Amino acid sequence: MRRDGRSPTFLFSCLCFGFAFLYVPILVMIVYSFNDSRLVSVWTGFSLRWYGALWENEQIIDAALLSLRIAFVSATLATALGTLAALAITRMGRFRGRALFSGMLAAPLVMPEVITGLSLLMLFVSLEGAIGWPLGRGADTITIAHITFSMAYVAVVVQARLTAMDRALEEAAMDLGCRPMGVTFDIILPLIAPAMLSGWLLAFTLSLDDLVIASFVSGPESSTLPMVIYSKVRLGITPDVNALAAVIVAIVGIGVAVAGWLMARMARTAA
Amino acid sequence: MMGRGPSVALQRPERLWRRTVAGVPYLWLLVFFLAPFAIVLRISFADPLIGQPPFTPLYDEAQGIQLTADNYRFLTEDDLYWVSYLKSMRIAAVATLLCLLIGYPMAYGIARARAVWRNVLLLLVILPFWTSFLLRVYAWMGMLSGQGVVNKALLALGLVDQPVQILYTDLAVYLGIVYTYLPFMILPLYATLERLDGELLDAAADLGGRPRQAFLDITLPLSAPGVVAGSMLVFIPALGEFVIPSLLGGLDTLMIGRTLYDEFFVNRDWPLASAVASVLVLILVLPIVVFQRFSQLDREAAR
Repeated sequence: MRRDGRSPTFLFSCLCFGFAFLYVPILVMIVYSFNDSRLVSVWTGFSLRWYGALWENEQIIDAALLSLRIAFVSATLATALGTLAALAITRMGRFRGRALFSGMLAAPLVMPEVITGLSLLMLFVSLEGAIGWPLGRGADTITIAHITFSMAYVAVVVQARLTAMDRALEEAAMDLGCRPMGVTFDIILPLIAPAMLSGWLLAFTLSLDDLVIASFVSGPESSTLPMVIYSKVRLGITPDVNALAAVIVAIVGIGVAVAGWLMARMARTAA
Repeated sequence: MMGRGPSVALQRPERLWRRTVAGVPYLWLLVFFLAPFAIVLRISFADPLIGQPPFTPLYDEAQGIQLTADNYRFLTEDDLYWVSYLKSMRIAAVATLLCLLIGYPMAYGIARARAVWRNVLLLLVILPFWTSFLLRVYAWMGMLSGQGVVNKALLALGLVDQPVQILYTDLAVYLGIVYTYLPFMILPLYATLERLDGELLDAAADLGGRPRQAFLDITLPLSAPGVVAGSMLVFIPALGEFVIPSLLGGLDTLMIGRTLYDEFFVNRDWPLASAVASVLVLILVLPIVVFQRFSQLDREAAR
């Protein structure tokens, strides 16, 4: 195994250091969410008071519900569009404007958020001036913005599955006279369903997480959860945000476990 | 390819289906991704105006087409923008290098780990990415503050006599960027290192190559696509980063993403913000093209 210059001890200590670096800040943040003191970094005793404060904070609850709604709708539409885009790239051969298409599909992955946010806002304002839609900005414009950047991520995930997939089944179906649309629905879709699910989860998380783009394209009535958190922590550390972080980490942990189990089961039935 | 299957003329619904598959996402990206850039470019040549929308129209019945390069001229005149662009590039470049230094041995260690462990370790790399980005940056505010864990550790070890100011400095911004973007470096590196053919290294060893030499001559060059992809995945978004400099940085941590955000939200100068964005896109074109070329090469190599 050790055929080149990295000794196992060296690699092992790198891994330990790296994972400590990744996880210690999150653990410290969670530990201090159980701190009784208002001063976040002085430990005075165990308490659940910040979780209580969180539960009673209507602003945070409302923002969380809005964020979840936007994330659900945008992830679903982004999965549909991203899957279509991946099919177009991998199964449609050459078509006019393919280079531009794949370029536009990959660029949102690396585009800085400030640029995406600013340019989408300019589009919405110009459209409102020209055709009267969208009237003002709010949940709808945030949803459109989130679909646009997260469909690129879905496309990458689904595309990877489509290129890795064995084409024999599709070719057999086509030889037997099955039409492209039938092949897509009866053969390709069931096989890429796990990839679509991971794409959906990725889009959902990206939407829940977005602060910058939402700040640009939201209206006065629609503050998403990251926007509320940002306005709180900009002024310094507050213990109820620690409690919120702990809740989110717990939900993500459970979600990843359930998703992993589901996907393993789907892979087993597909095999 | 699909159309070549049964070469009979496609029926109407089939043709419609083919058009939908490519056409719908294509149209969506044209309207919501490409058109916005054109509009930003257009507004960057307008004058600011008090009103709604807050810029002068590009076309005027009386005066014809109106273009002004004032915003771009202002960008070159005011030091703020130069300093922001250069400082962003420096911070992003150094942070990318740090990610590479930490991420390469980690990716290598994971790729060389036993198969049972590999997936667990990979999951551990990805997991923080699923928790909120904003809250991970916030976690460092707590770590680095005056009475935070880092200062407590430094005091306990006797390295410092009194708490040092780390939060709200450039150092905190480097830490924040390396911390949040490290998984983006590790994953592409892992993908290339995992594919690496062990027999090449065996051959090198059989021929008397020293392990160190084998690493430099074989492993490192073969992992170059992963190095480039990972570096671009860190460098490009880090260059336009807003959240990290605004939460962890000091007032003098001028990064262009933050300057653009303030220009827009604080000064409400839309044309100037558009000019700042247009120049940033221009700066990013080269790294984005490099990134696409390499990830394409990498995808082909994976086949």
